[in-house]
Amino acid sequence: MKRRGQRKLHQLSVFRSIKYILSILLAVSAYQSTSIAAEIHEPMRPYWSFEGPLGKFERASLQRGYQVYTEVCSGCHSMDLLSYRNLIQPGGPEFSEKQAKAMAAMFEVETGPDQDGEMFMRPAILSDKFVSPWENEQQARAANGGAYPPDLSVIVKARPNGADYIYSLLLGYKDAPEGTDLDDGVYYNEYAKGMRIAMPQVLYEDGVEYTDGTAATEEQMAHDVTTFLTWSAEPKLEERKRMGFKVIIYLLILAFLFYFTNKAIWKDSH
Amino acid sequence: MSDSKPVTRRNFLFISTAAFSAAGAATIGIPLVSQMNPDASVKALASTEVDVSTIVPGQSITVLWRGKPVFIRRRTEEEINEAQKVKLEDLPDPEGDDTRVQNPEWLVMVGICTHLGCIPLGNKGDYNGWFCPCHGSHYDTSGRIRKGPAPTNLEIPDYVFLDNNTIKIG
Amino acid sequence: MSTDYEPKSAVAKWIDKRLPIVTLFNGHLMQYPTPKNLNYWWTFGGILTFCLVTQIITGLVLAMHYIADAELAFSSVEHIMRDVNYGWLLRYIHANGASMFFIAVYIHMARSLFYGSYKEPRELIWIIGVFIFLLMIATAFMGYVLPWGQMSFWGATVITNLFSAIPVFGESITNWLWGGYSVGSPLLTRFFTLHYLLPFLIFGLVILHVWALHVPGNNNPEGIDVVQGSQDTVPFHPHYVVKDVFALIVFMIVFAGFVFFTPNLLGHTDNYIQANPLQTPEHIVPEWYFLPFYAILRAIPDKLGGVIMMVSAIAILAFLPWLDTSKVRSAKYRPLFKQFYWIFLANFLLLGYLGAQPAEGIYVIISRIATIYYFVHFVVILPVLGFVEKTKPLPKSISEPVLNEKERAAKAASA
Repeated sequence: MKRRGQRKLHQLSVFRSIKYILSILLAVSAYQSTSIAAEIHEPMRPYWSFEGPLGKFERASLQRGYQVYTEVCSGCHSMDLLSYRNLIQPGGPEFSEKQAKAMAAMFEVETGPDQDGEMFMRPAILSDKFVSPWENEQQARAANGGAYPPDLSVIVKARPNGADYIYSLLLGYKDAPEGTDLDDGVYYNEYAKGMRIAMPQVLYEDGVEYTDGTAATEEQMAHDVTTFLTWSAEPKLEERKRMGFKVIIYLLILAFLFYFTNKAIWKDSH
Repeated sequence: MSDSKPVTRRNFLFISTAAFSAAGAATIGIPLVSQMNPDASVKALASTEVDVSTIVPGQSITVLWRGKPVFIRRRTEEEINEAQKVKLEDLPDPEGDDTRVQNPEWLVMVGICTHLGCIPLGNKGDYNGWFCPCHGSHYDTSGRIRKGPAPTNLEIPDYVFLDNNTIKIG
Repeated sequence: MSTDYEPKSAVAKWIDKRLPIVTLFNGHLMQYPTPKNLNYWWTFGGILTFCLVTQIITGLVLAMHYIADAELAFSSVEHIMRDVNYGWLLRYIHANGASMFFIAVYIHMARSLFYGSYKEPRELIWIIGVFIFLLMIATAFMGYVLPWGQMSFWGATVITNLFSAIPVFGESITNWLWGGYSVGSPLLTRFFTLHYLLPFLIFGLVILHVWALHVPGNNNPEGIDVVQGSQDTVPFHPHYVVKDVFALIVFMIVFAGFVFFTPNLLGHTDNYIQANPLQTPEHIVPEWYFLPFYAILRAIPDKLGGVIMMVSAIAILAFLPWLDTSKVRSAKYRPLFKQFYWIFLANFLLLGYLGAQPAEGIYVIISRIATIYYFVHFVVILPVLGFVEKTKPLPKSISEPVLNEKERAAKAASA
């Protein structure tokens, strides 16, 4: 119940509150953008099925993305935090157990020692972590001109603008403009810091032959592998949003109940 | 009872609020308790597949399963006969050999003495089976306790033969 | 809190005779006379208690899976996120819970500043509160180091290096803190231990904080004294228990929004990169709730000076009851103070914004002005205001402003 004088004051304080909320939002956005160097282009913003409060992964895209990772990226990039069993679990690519076992068996892991004290290799099983292309960081650097191809397990959460950035970067290779100075082993990319990156372009049309027959355009492969990498960074995304929906509904109902309870209790006190 | 109607409406409101809150509070307990249950990485190791193709009769191997040793023994004719001939009355923990093996040639059991948890030694003891050095329990060719302080026979885990050469334990 | 409450059940009687906990609970949380005009800014004490309990419980269960070693910390957190049952939920609640805790504490402090809750006789409640705030800062800082991401490592490096500014003993103190010659595993392990410990100290201080509050009783929006047990108070239960829970639920909706839909919005992407002692991130930024103080630290060109000013910015709060010379508590009746209050808040938010910017160009100048203003508010404006300000006449009771408005509305209606 507001009287006129109180209403005016209320309006003023609401106005002030809005002013401060806006400045807080400004601060948050400024905070977020400080990690991006001044020169980078804003990344492209394609459609992602997993964005938004009701977002979900497209299974087929995840499976194709795994194929792109294995055939294109895994030559240089490890994914140390993933295990082959993750390929089966709900919320992910959801390969069958048989498929995933077969995929794992394509790689070898070192194990042992055997009876003679020697280490030996055996095919990977579901409980093994994804096999890394490198023994250690030094080896990775030596094979890549001193640059270390980062592990991709959480790369989407480790870069500002996440999926948009990775997608744009993969497609951002252009001919360097006239007179641009590029060192050996450094490539021109519109979305990289300083327009330069030590990774060459890796996605070329039909570079991968998708098992489901989808046309392997550059955009398709970039989209699929980025979807896969987003799942890899956030395997519980679908479960999280599902639970969130239920929790918010529950809390809204509870708030409604408590609002009226509160009103009822205070009725006789004013 | 002039204001029974608003009072009962109020009561209904209070009770529904309390009940709805209690439901929420109870639900909060689920993740808090569940997080202590075996996690996905532990469950992934809950079953182990073992290649037994190189084991000859009379030979045992020990594998690690869920952090525990499991004896896999390919028994000889003699050991099988001995196990099958034992009378149930003679056993402290009566159990027929046929209930302890799926295929009489293969004995799969958890290698932890049922007394106080030591690992029994193979090919030892008075019954041609296993002998636990900690407190002197003797197990026969079916892993059954015959003499000594152990109360029960060596545990048989869940296992299946995926094919003739592979056993999946757990 | 003396009441004539008698425990009802036999069990309650038996316990209470030996340890008067039943009477205590009843006296302080149920019958406790509370001013009936408290607005929603007063619900944040309850919300803060909820935050503390939530952080302790989620922290406890996370600690069952976390490994405090430089080699394993980052992957242990990922193990929690991927393999531990509901691990992702517990981690996101704990991380976002820290932010919610600070949102609530800043609002709670802003309430005290506006309504003069720090003034006589509540000075000690306020001072205990300042210590709680300091412990919260220490706990949150150490907690952020634990995932051992780039920001964890480099934030720890920057802040622990500040100790070397101390004259004579600085470097020894820093090496003592590190347990080594740089940030590494020894520091991480001890930070984990202390991060686990401090919240229980906070809990103890919170008990003292509420105890000290219950001596004079709550302040209220009018800022005038209320006679306990009179018409102007209501029992805490059910009036404020229910109101506090309602406010808490609204708070939880915001909390859930973060946890379930934007769990990484308030964090920094660099912290998903494993700590690398050989590579410094481009911009080292602390978590948002430290930004104003970080801005003050960087505004001073001298290392030791910056440290002193940053610490002073918090320490000065403890002197507030004496710096503010006005006898009138609530800003409702202090129109000039009210203006300066909003300017102070705007300046504080500005400092927060500046803390996230690179320390170059125009940001440097503005940071220095904003820092100076921050101190001028406490050291010049507040003391002077108490003497020169013309305050509005205070109501005789807290019911008066409401009754006056009723009269005025009735007169306007009949006119």
